[in-house]
Amino acid sequence: MGDRRTVIPFGPQHPVLPEPIQLKLVLEDEKVVEALPQIGYIHRGLERLVKVRDFNQMVFVAERICGICSFQHAMSYCLSIERLMNIEVPERADYLRVIWSELHRVHSHLLWLGLMADAFGFEAMFMETWKIREAVVDMMEATAGSRVIISTCQVGGVRRDIAPELLQQIVKLADDVQRRVKAIEHSVLNDYTIKKRTVDKGVISKEQAWKLGAAGPVLRASGVKWDARMIGYAGYKYLNFEPVVETAGDCYARTKVRFREMFVALDLLRQAVAKIPAGEINVKVKGNPEGEAFIQVEQPRGEVTYTVKGNGTKNLEKMHVRTPTFANIPAFLTMLPGCELADVPVLALTIDPCISCTER
Amino acid sequence: MFGMLSPILKNGFGKPATRLYPFEKREAFDKARGQLEIDIDKCIFCGMCQRKCPSTCLNVEKAASKWELDPYNCVICGVCVEACPTKCLSLNKVYRTPVYVKENQIKIGKPPVKKTAAKENA
Ligand code: SF4
Ligand code: SF4
Repeated sequence: MGDRRTVIPFGPQHPVLPEPIQLKLVLEDEKVVEALPQIGYIHRGLERLVKVRDFNQMVFVAERICGICSFQHAMSYCLSIERLMNIEVPERADYLRVIWSELHRVHSHLLWLGLMADAFGFEAMFMETWKIREAVVDMMEATAGSRVIISTCQVGGVRRDIAPELLQQIVKLADDVQRRVKAIEHSVLNDYTIKKRTVDKGVISKEQAWKLGAAGPVLRASGVKWDARMIGYAGYKYLNFEPVVETAGDCYARTKVRFREMFVALDLLRQAVAKIPAGEINVKVKGNPEGEAFIQVEQPRGEVTYTVKGNGTKNLEKMHVRTPTFANIPAFLTMLPGCELADVPVLALTIDPCISCTER
Repeated sequence: MFGMLSPILKNGFGKPATRLYPFEKREAFDKARGQLEIDIDKCIFCGMCQRKCPSTCLNVEKAASKWELDPYNCVICGVCVEACPTKCLSLNKVYRTPVYVKENQIKIGKPPVKKTAAKENA
């Protein structure tokens, strides 16, 4: 029995992985019986920078934890500091935060869909989704000045306002993206090859997903109706949305959840633009943070939590970030045993891994 | 299978999605953050920008009237622009071009004529 087992290293450099993580796959013939993860290739020690950067400068460090959900990282950090210091953020800033967050969600999901299509060898889809994403990233540049790491959040609000004409352009963009995504919906969700490779692969039951602490689309694809936006942080308390839930818990369900979440995000954008009030976009912050605060925010990949501890000086005493990919690794390792070696890349992609934020 | 047919046909017969760079260049967006510029004559060497910069890429020496920027460390966040009391910093819309040698940008200005000048006059 034992001598039939082979160990194959998957990663740290692998065509489907944009970032380095290694899985030691124990195989019996083509079947995976065990997977051992090795993380730590790109640890940057960003959390420790609280000792040398003051709490305002840390916004930009938090933003660089992840390239794709950068705005949400900055926002989570700011929300936690604001909770610590009891800062009331102006309503307009809350809405602007929602707008940039949802733009990030749309571009992240489109990026993920492209990578997924690329993993199947579906190059036409890869090009198509990235073409749509380009319009979203351009909108970010038009509204914030940068394409991905937009540096618009600050403790106490946001640093840039969006002019009314640009807000109207965002609605136009949402309609346009909706139309273009709808055009590829059939090919993503009903394609024979995609279904063949995703349906009933990497199934995680509702109980398992909950027990293993899965987050975001992985959790919702298993039937748990939990989305941190339901708590109503930032501007989400003023807006209506229904979390996207699927029950199958397989790769196909996770694809569907992310796909449909794009429509929810576009709808939230329209709602936010329709309701955004006029007014200030930030408040002056006085004093230094003291005490402890915790915040949960829904990122494209799932729920991120920030814990910050201040000691009354301008440097925080501690910051701790738990990122969604980190929470999804146990679920991922549970999916792997029993699958074929050729399915591992697809399974890896359906948790939408972001290794940089996992290792910080 | 035929779902992709319409986007594929459109892509096949439509305009290319990419630009023929460098012959065809995109207009920069109004708010685009390209690179940091300084009007050194207005600078009073207060060091505010250096204290606020999150990437510690600025170095201001009051005694030597020197303002130094490491443009390859600058993340173009614009914090210094907001912090500068004399509004001598600005962000232009043009992105940095590639270089062969990475060099810091050093600007020497005139020492601020303030108290010293006032004393001499008195
Ligand atoms: S903040 Fe402005 S005036 Fe002060 S040193 Fe920097 S550039 Fe000069
Ligand atoms: S733009 Fe940001 S990173 Fe660059 S010098 Fe100014 S504060 Fe520092």
